[in-house]
Amino acid sequence: MTDTTKYLSHLELGEPDKTFLDSNELIINMGPQHPATHGVLRVILKLDGEKVLGTECVIGYLHRGVEKIAENRTYTMFNPYVDRMDYVAAVSNGLGYCEAVEKLLNIEAPPRANYIRVILTELNRMASHMLWLGTHALDIGAITPLFYTFRDREEILKIFEKYCGARLTTHAFRIGGCLYETYDGFENDVKKFVKFVTPKIDEYEQLLTTNRIWVERTKGIGVISAADCRALGVTGPVLRASGVKWDLRKAKPYAAYSEFDFDIPTAQNGDTYDRYLVRMQEMRQSLRIIDQAVNRIPEGPIMAKVPKVIKPAVGEIYHSIEAPKGELGYFIVSDGSTQPYRVRVRPPSFVNLQALDLMVRGALVSDVIAVIGTLDIVLGEVDR
Amino acid sequence: MPDFITGYLSSNKTPGEYGSVFWSLVYIFLIFLGLSVAVIAMNWLERKILAHMQVRLGPMRVGPHGLLQPIADAVKLLIKEDITPSAADRWVFWIAPVFVVITAFTVFIVVPFGPQHAVTDMNIGILFMLGISSLSVLGVVMAGWASNSHYPLLGALRASAQMVSYEIAMGLAVVSAVLMTSLDKDGTGTMSMIGIVQAQQAQQTWFVFKFFPLGLIAFVIFAIAMVAETNRVPFDLPEAEGELGAGFHTEYSGFRWSLFFLAEYSAMIAVSSIAVTMWLGGWLRPFPHALSGETWDTIFSLVPGVTFLFLAALSFRATARMSNHPYFKFQKLGLGAFGLLLALIGIVLFISTDAIDIRGKVQDVFWFTAKVAVFMYLYIWYRGTFPRYRFDQLMKVGWKVLLPLGIAVLILTAIGGIIF
Repeated sequence: MTDTTKYLSHLELGEPDKTFLDSNELIINMGPQHPATHGVLRVILKLDGEKVLGTECVIGYLHRGVEKIAENRTYTMFNPYVDRMDYVAAVSNGLGYCEAVEKLLNIEAPPRANYIRVILTELNRMASHMLWLGTHALDIGAITPLFYTFRDREEILKIFEKYCGARLTTHAFRIGGCLYETYDGFENDVKKFVKFVTPKIDEYEQLLTTNRIWVERTKGIGVISAADCRALGVTGPVLRASGVKWDLRKAKPYAAYSEFDFDIPTAQNGDTYDRYLVRMQEMRQSLRIIDQAVNRIPEGPIMAKVPKVIKPAVGEIYHSIEAPKGELGYFIVSDGSTQPYRVRVRPPSFVNLQALDLMVRGALVSDVIAVIGTLDIVLGEVDR
Repeated sequence: MPDFITGYLSSNKTPGEYGSVFWSLVYIFLIFLGLSVAVIAMNWLERKILAHMQVRLGPMRVGPHGLLQPIADAVKLLIKEDITPSAADRWVFWIAPVFVVITAFTVFIVVPFGPQHAVTDMNIGILFMLGISSLSVLGVVMAGWASNSHYPLLGALRASAQMVSYEIAMGLAVVSAVLMTSLDKDGTGTMSMIGIVQAQQAQQTWFVFKFFPLGLIAFVIFAIAMVAETNRVPFDLPEAEGELGAGFHTEYSGFRWSLFFLAEYSAMIAVSSIAVTMWLGGWLRPFPHALSGETWDTIFSLVPGVTFLFLAALSFRATARMSNHPYFKFQKLGLGAFGLLLALIGIVLFISTDAIDIRGKVQDVFWFTAKVAVFMYLYIWYRGTFPRYRFDQLMKVGWKVLLPLGIAVLILTAIGGIIF
């Protein structure tokens, strides 16, 4: 409790309830070691009893200087590092980086590579959402969904492993396309997975969607309006649950997304329950995209013509994709050498985490846990 | 044999009523032993059943199918360093777990495992049980306060508020059951645990079916309140793992932590015993009147033995399915031996001669234990199914749903008693 006052001094904290008893405020540290802060997030809570008066997030416990490392690596060498940011959605990170550099180089990945990218990215989106669902439910006290989602996520990881040898930090894509051709039976595996997992999503929903306690714990909790979302730069399912139909896959199509038919699930209330519903629907939409992609996957090369030594012309580029957690953007400045002059990452978790304080003021301690879960943050990405 | 030992055997009373110190001590020892075994078994069963609900195996390494896991855990906890935080209030920190355990075990003095199988029978038995079990909240608050840390403090505050509010709903449900005891011919009610079961026998119905659905509603109120009372899912806010670390026992480790664990499980068994005694006919076998007569008595008296034989069969099946790899040799032998032990117990339970009538004597204890076991299974089932309530919602359920319902049931029961 030594340095908490320092952090809290500049906060405008709400007034405590006026009661006949003098209620002393309680300042507690939630994290960095806490079962429900999804890693090493530290939230300093100012409490009146159980009511939250204000919060302050302390981040940086997992800071590895990814952006700085980029300045000392060539474009190709930096590629695996981005997998370590959002380690539960490593494929998305890789896609964003590769496409950004491709844009800088003015090259385009061939159609087959784009299709493989879409399939793997959407599989990864499902894996990320499954992990979110399991841990979110676990935070709220339902321990069983975690094991169900992990069982099914395993099938996705198996496909990744067969494709590129790694399960989590896949490094699946290269600048200009994909390094690996799909393995024999890839299409079959993906089709089998789609068939296998469709009823499983219904199973998760059976466990939670109409569960009285689940609904009570999530409905009306952590409400954030569309205007606040825009003001804070919140993106992804959190934004869509507040009623804004914004998805970069449709708004600024990248890879092969413009060729697929899918919907953007939205909800109106912007509370934890709606975010849950939106993510569940997104999993179904991902299945739709995977199903279309795997059935229409074209033949052809998987790698564009990329120079041996990647040396983009002097310039800068911002490219963003719709990662499972929101808009993942890469801003790359090239000074014409083999190493980027500066790489700035716009991680969705980091930006979404800003909304935490707004969402939990006036709520209870248990709601803080629910809101941290529903923001779906990964500390590797927040701290980079 | 001296008279103070044999004299009691010919009486039909509990040792407490008879005044036999020796037999009281024997009973206390047996209950203590039985509870410890039950807690160990519960530990294993909870982990196994929960694991199977969650598509995993649970403990499999220590002993065949993890049977020795609770023992390994107990050893680990006993030899673990027992830390007292430097800022803690040492005395209170030390007393709290002891206090919780003592209250959790003391209530078993009046639990009737059979018409004579209780340490003693008090005319205020149910009050004694509720009173002592509600004292355990004091230990929880002491633990949370003495830790001198914020998470335990929040846990303790939650625990005290929760246990106090749910006790009221619990009490109202119990009162309506006590009211039902006075509805037999001579019209005198009783609060003795044994008396309550005997009243159900005399009125030829379990109180859960009395004045349908009033008895059932009272039973459901109690069944919900008792989960809250024992701080189990979905009401496990005091130790809400995702929120408060481990709640009031965050700062406890080693042996003292295991005392809290022991107390939690024996409290679960205690409140389940109350539910079984008040509404489910205590030690009475199912359908004592609908299916009465010599034949049915014999058939039902075979159930304990058959149950153990069934468990033995399960063990043998698991033994047969185990791998033949030499690595599993000892595990296989162990599980086979365990199955044999169960089978032996099952066979012994069939013995019924004029000299020793084991089959007749275990009836009461068996049915009581079986009913309590159903509740234990429910506890595990809840844990696998429900998310956790939030604090204010928990209070809402307690004060705005269960309490009015309890009062309504009480009044209606009283009216029903006047009319019929």
